[in-house]
Amino acid sequence: MSIVELIRLAKANNDFGVLSAGIPYMKTLNIEVHEADGILTVELQADRIHTGNPWLPALHGGVIGGLLETAAIVQLAHDQDTDNLPKPINVTVDYLRSGRIATTWARAQVTKQGRRVANVQASCWQEDPEKPIASLFGHFLTG
Amino acid sequence: MTDHALMQQILAFRSKPENQSPHGNFLGLEIIDIDRGKGVVRIPYRAELAGNATTGVLHGGVITTVLDAACGISVICALEQRATIATLDLRIDYLKPATPGQPVTAAGHCYKVTRNICFVRALAYHLDPEDPIANCAATFMITSPQTGEARAERVSP
Repeated sequence: MSIVELIRLAKANNDFGVLSAGIPYMKTLNIEVHEADGILTVELQADRIHTGNPWLPALHGGVIGGLLETAAIVQLAHDQDTDNLPKPINVTVDYLRSGRIATTWARAQVTKQGRRVANVQASCWQEDPEKPIASLFGHFLTG
Repeated sequence: MTDHALMQQILAFRSKPENQSPHGNFLGLEIIDIDRGKGVVRIPYRAELAGNATTGVLHGGVITTVLDAACGISVICALEQRATIATLDLRIDYLKPATPGQPVTAAGHCYKVTRNICFVRALAYHLDPEDPIANCAATFMITSPQTGEARAERVSP
């Protein structure tokens, strides 16, 4: 099934977990999607392969960036009228705290959806959403 | 220490498995070249890392990882003394989709070092830096400046 068909299916059944079948990176890193009241939360399982700094140890900045970007993409896929997979134009990731090798969540909010471009903000946390470990803002091509 | 001696020391340190990033190893990340303030890294293409199974184009998270790694190594190679570093922020412009099947190279340049902060830029490309996949500007914090072997125990981009 193509990614467009998967997005259509996800919207029809309100089950965005199926998107990982069309986004291999999500499956490989073990990223799941949960939906509640139209808000999607992505969950990254703790795994040694996500370690960047082996001494602390800490989550790799690239994994945190990838999780935040995934949160933005699935929320946009959920919110937008079309069924195309949103593409990142640019992203800025601020690293606020060192991430432990533990379950990590991220959630995105579409600040503005234009005709072709959407502005998105996302936040990533471990035990406490009030203590984010990283945040992202970026532009995505939609439609 | 001469630049050459410093680079040899950094490469020797990075060649030990216990000093490598597990996520870098998982992606097959390799250091291709280092010089004073500069680092070039490469990852092979893997279909399991695509952001879209239909097109096979690599996920942005993979490009983020390779750029973050190139920036981190550039910072390490810019510092006279060993130190632990942490990424403060990373801004990435995605210029074109990565071509499926091709490895991705990222070249970083730490062009300014201050007491606490290092400023870096990096470019991701396949073969030709003039035809880039993504451009990155980043800042890193020097979290604990240390000297000699004490730093050798802890450094890791």
